[in-house]
Amino acid sequence: MQGSDPYVMANINTPLAALRQVDFSYSPGERLILSGLDMVFPRGKVIALMGGSGSGKTTVLRLLGGQLFAQRGTVEFAGRDIAQCDTAQLYAARRRMGMLFQFGALFTDMSVYDNVAFPLREQGDLSESIIRDLVLLKLNAVGLRAACHLMPSQISGGMARRVALARAVALDPELIMYDEPFAGLDPISLGIAARLIRRMNDALGATSILVSHDVEESFGIADYVYFLAHGKVAGQGSPAEIRASDDATLRQFFDAQPDGPAPFHYPGSSLEEDFGVTTLRSTA
Amino acid sequence: MNKSTLDALVGLFVLVGIVALLFLALKVGNMSALSFTPTYMVSAHFENIGGLKVRAPVKSAGVVVGRVAGISFDDQRYQATVTIALEQRYHFPKDSSAKILTSGLLGEQYVGLEAGGESDSLAEGSIMSMTQSAIVLENLIGQVLFNRAADGGAKKEPPVMRK
Amino acid sequence: MILRAFRYLGQHTLRYLAVLGYASRMFGIVLCAIPRLGRRLRLVMDQLYFVGNHSLLIIAVSGLFVGFVLGLQGYYTLNKYGSEQALGLLVALSLVRELGPVVTALLFAGRAGTSLTAEIGLMRAGEQLAAMEMMAVNPLSRILAPRLCAGIIAMPLLAAVFSAAGIFGGYLVGVGLIGVDTGAFWSQMQAGIDVTGDVGNGVLKSVVFGVAVTFIALFQGYEAKPTPEGVARATTRTVVLASLTVLGLDFLLTALMFH
Repeated sequence: MQGSDPYVMANINTPLAALRQVDFSYSPGERLILSGLDMVFPRGKVIALMGGSGSGKTTVLRLLGGQLFAQRGTVEFAGRDIAQCDTAQLYAARRRMGMLFQFGALFTDMSVYDNVAFPLREQGDLSESIIRDLVLLKLNAVGLRAACHLMPSQISGGMARRVALARAVALDPELIMYDEPFAGLDPISLGIAARLIRRMNDALGATSILVSHDVEESFGIADYVYFLAHGKVAGQGSPAEIRASDDATLRQFFDAQPDGPAPFHYPGSSLEEDFGVTTLRSTA
Repeated sequence: MNKSTLDALVGLFVLVGIVALLFLALKVGNMSALSFTPTYMVSAHFENIGGLKVRAPVKSAGVVVGRVAGISFDDQRYQATVTIALEQRYHFPKDSSAKILTSGLLGEQYVGLEAGGESDSLAEGSIMSMTQSAIVLENLIGQVLFNRAADGGAKKEPPVMRK
Repeated sequence: MILRAFRYLGQHTLRYLAVLGYASRMFGIVLCAIPRLGRRLRLVMDQLYFVGNHSLLIIAVSGLFVGFVLGLQGYYTLNKYGSEQALGLLVALSLVRELGPVVTALLFAGRAGTSLTAEIGLMRAGEQLAAMEMMAVNPLSRILAPRLCAGIIAMPLLAAVFSAAGIFGGYLVGVGLIGVDTGAFWSQMQAGIDVTGDVGNGVLKSVVFGVAVTFIALFQGYEAKPTPEGVARATTRTVVLASLTVLGLDFLLTALMFH
């Protein structure tokens, strides 16, 4: 064993990030969004987080990034509990993560170039020439090197998301998180986005966590899938295993059935009560 | 807009602001209060300084020749000691007198200097010997009443009896 | 019934105190981040342009108009007591001590304050602030501190411009239009206005107002709900809160300074 430093140990065997027995609600006393959640994110893999709307998928990403803190349980990153970190340690951890927000979240007052250069400029004392090389490399990886002088308002949504991806991987992070990267994209951009996610992950040797509704694209690139329902993991496994599963919740989702364990009608009073109709009871 | 244009415009804004501030300070305000003409200190004792304040003007023949620099209490003589900063270019004879006067009827109080006749001039650290204190309203009223009472008492002598 | 009213009042007071405490803490953090801006002057310069240059025109023109009114109204009133020679003193004192700092602060709140609130509120709505945090950059030092610094620098300069424009406006109306003696106008003014007492205190007031108005605008934007109504409401709150704070602080400062 190489010494007792937990940080070193973490590098070898333990997963990059994990949620263990996590309970979370937005304010104490409110309904638990996540309860007793156990998830493990090993290195080098693309993991898809799927589930119905409001099932807490984005919350998992926020917990990993330290933007939210769990009421119970531990959120680990590189062997350290995020909740126990002080500000400096949290920032150090965040520098090893990259996050792609749903619509890119580019800084609208800066050009594409400045957006990608932002994390590079803020972090180190890199010279402008090194920054220029890095920015152009990252933009080239997403195919937008020639667009570096444009402003975010001048590029399409799909392009904005690619720029945001270049920005998210500017510091070569070990954990990349994607919040609905496929939402609202045309088929060409969808394909591009999926390929980029896979290639970026493999090129950096990173772990990618993908929150998405898009079954086809996600299954195409994911190594492992977690399915969340009611704040718990309702199903997990490789895409093939999930597709073959018999679980009713999973079947409703992946077969796109309107009604099932997740009901079509919002729970409330019955049809008869609302329309004032009493069912005729047959006397025969 | 490129950086140098922006910098120039911001610089212009700051310049306009500073010009406005200088205008207010110099043209509008009373800059003589901050004048840096060289001065020499002279002190004088007064029984009562009334409402005299530090930085009140010291005038001679109506022209401001200095400022009151400090006011303190001398507990050996039980009198007020007023330190005056006189401008170097004005010389006063050693026996000049200092009076505490009021500008207008109820205005601010200032120190009025009247030149004496000696040939020696006041220098740094001189003490003026001839002083007249401020007129305190209560004492004035008291004096008037006393005078009236004295006159009335004198008049109260019984008339000479004529036989 | 009474109990319910008390509970409502208590909850509200506690919530208000919590917000006040949170805002004070944020103010401390942002203020302490300002000295470190010495190496990031570009950020402050950009903000100074948006906050200062863009407000310059409205401040100068408003100052001119207020000066016109002071000249006119002042003359009518002073004329009744035969003291129209003191018009210069009246115009200058009113502007330098009170109207300059206060009206500038109110106009600043309406113009620059609302744009700051809207900008930051929209950054929050577009997840830009969250993205920045995830890149290990503290938005308080990167976004808020330069803006606060720019507000503190710009406000006294703008107030001076307002006062100067107003005095000029009063001069135009008093001497140019009405015919007050120009010598009396300036000499009475110069005799009556003390640089450290009046001009200095006016500058001090405008610095305090600059801090207050800018921070209120930044805080409202930062805490705005990330929806269109949320940003709109935050903008309104900025103007109302900043205006009331300026007027309240003005009373406090005047009492402290000119007693």
